[in-house]
Amino acid sequence: MPTAVVSSAPPVEERRHKHLVLILAREFASNLATPTLIADDQGMLVFYNEAAESVVGRQFAEVGEMPLEEWTESFDPRTLDSVPVSPERSPTRIALDQRRPAHEALRITSVDGVERDVAVTAFPLFAHADEFVGIVAIFWRE
Amino acid sequence: MRVTIWGCRGSVPTPGPETVTYGGNTSCVEVSLDDGTIIVLDAGTGIRLLGFQLLDRGIRKIHLCLTHLHLDHLEGLRFFAPLWNERVELDIWGPPSQELSLGERIARAFSPPLFPVELRDVPAAVTFHDVPRGPWTIDRASLMAQFVVHPGPTVGYRIATESSSFAYIPDHEPALAGAIAEKSPDWISGASLASGVDALVHDAQYFEDEYEERIGWGHSSVADAVAFTHAVGAGRLVLFHHEPRHTDDLLEQLEDRARDLTNGNGGLSAMLAHEGMVIELP
Repeated sequence: MPTAVVSSAPPVEERRHKHLVLILAREFASNLATPTLIADDQGMLVFYNEAAESVVGRQFAEVGEMPLEEWTESFDPRTLDSVPVSPERSPTRIALDQRRPAHEALRITSVDGVERDVAVTAFPLFAHADEFVGIVAIFWRE
Repeated sequence: MRVTIWGCRGSVPTPGPETVTYGGNTSCVEVSLDDGTIIVLDAGTGIRLLGFQLLDRGIRKIHLCLTHLHLDHLEGLRFFAPLWNERVELDIWGPPSQELSLGERIARAFSPPLFPVELRDVPAAVTFHDVPRGPWTIDRASLMAQFVVHPGPTVGYRIATESSSFAYIPDHEPALAGAIAEKSPDWISGASLASGVDALVHDAQYFEDEYEERIGWGHSSVADAVAFTHAVGAGRLVLFHHEPRHTDDLLEQLEDRARDLTNGNGGLSAMLAHEGMVIELP
């Protein structure tokens, strides 16, 4: 624990760049040919790679950061039998909320209107055992 | 705030006639505040001479902030005179690890076959602290530590008083996470540590062509050090962690290169760190 805390120290405005683990994950994803997205610990979609653009139908630069749930819902995810998948059952939501890996085969409709079958594997990122910093989701084209 | 360089060589000490100008001792920087607070950054071999001087100055309370535990940042601790003085209180701060406490990891350097005396037997009152995840204070200084790109758990430090700020990121390869100039500061390792500081001591171990052969080793080219400084808006870059093979002459070429790169970069200045260098901040 910090020791010598004295009130005369100037107040520190905590500046935050993205967590180092997210920075490295983004660089890793940028170099993958497999569609991959990254969300932070608050469920904010912070990046998806070029390979994911072909699944999503739009470039990340066009979409920008946005809540992952909002982004996911826009694809109308459903099972391969066309049964809607509730948000809490989606692999990304499980990885975010329950902080465990999850995998599911899904049918989605991309922004360009194309229906696609994908399998999604999502897993949590921990910088330390008690420091959850976000998730990675990988889309496998079926 | 007064910042004094006691060691600025990277990787391994390099005594000899070809390194006398900039020095051969490994990383150690002293930050002293007007109220007498002493914060020592890293415990490379440069800490040995600093230790004698601190005792001569009557200093009995010292904070040592370690960026990481690679030997060139730790090897001087065993020969740090205040550690062997029972009247000294030494608070050691460093990056946390999943497996072992900071004290346990440092104790490895104080055990056979590396060293004859166990850490638990040193006379000084030593306390170990994992660096907090958020800002904290030491007397009148505000500190922040954050993990940065370098092999193994490694942090950089930002130290601020009411009137000045300083950042120390001696081992850092931000370009490993992508070209610095193409990224927003949000996505640059270490950016919040160095954002807008008056002076930044930063890794600049390699010329650009040397870096191309050492990508992933955890260190920066001079071009990346300049690009990082520019991206974070630091006022002054102090080139640090000199490559062991670089003689004084080569280092001066590296400084020339840095100055070429900073030309037109809005008043950004770059200079080589050297042993004995003092940076006075208001």
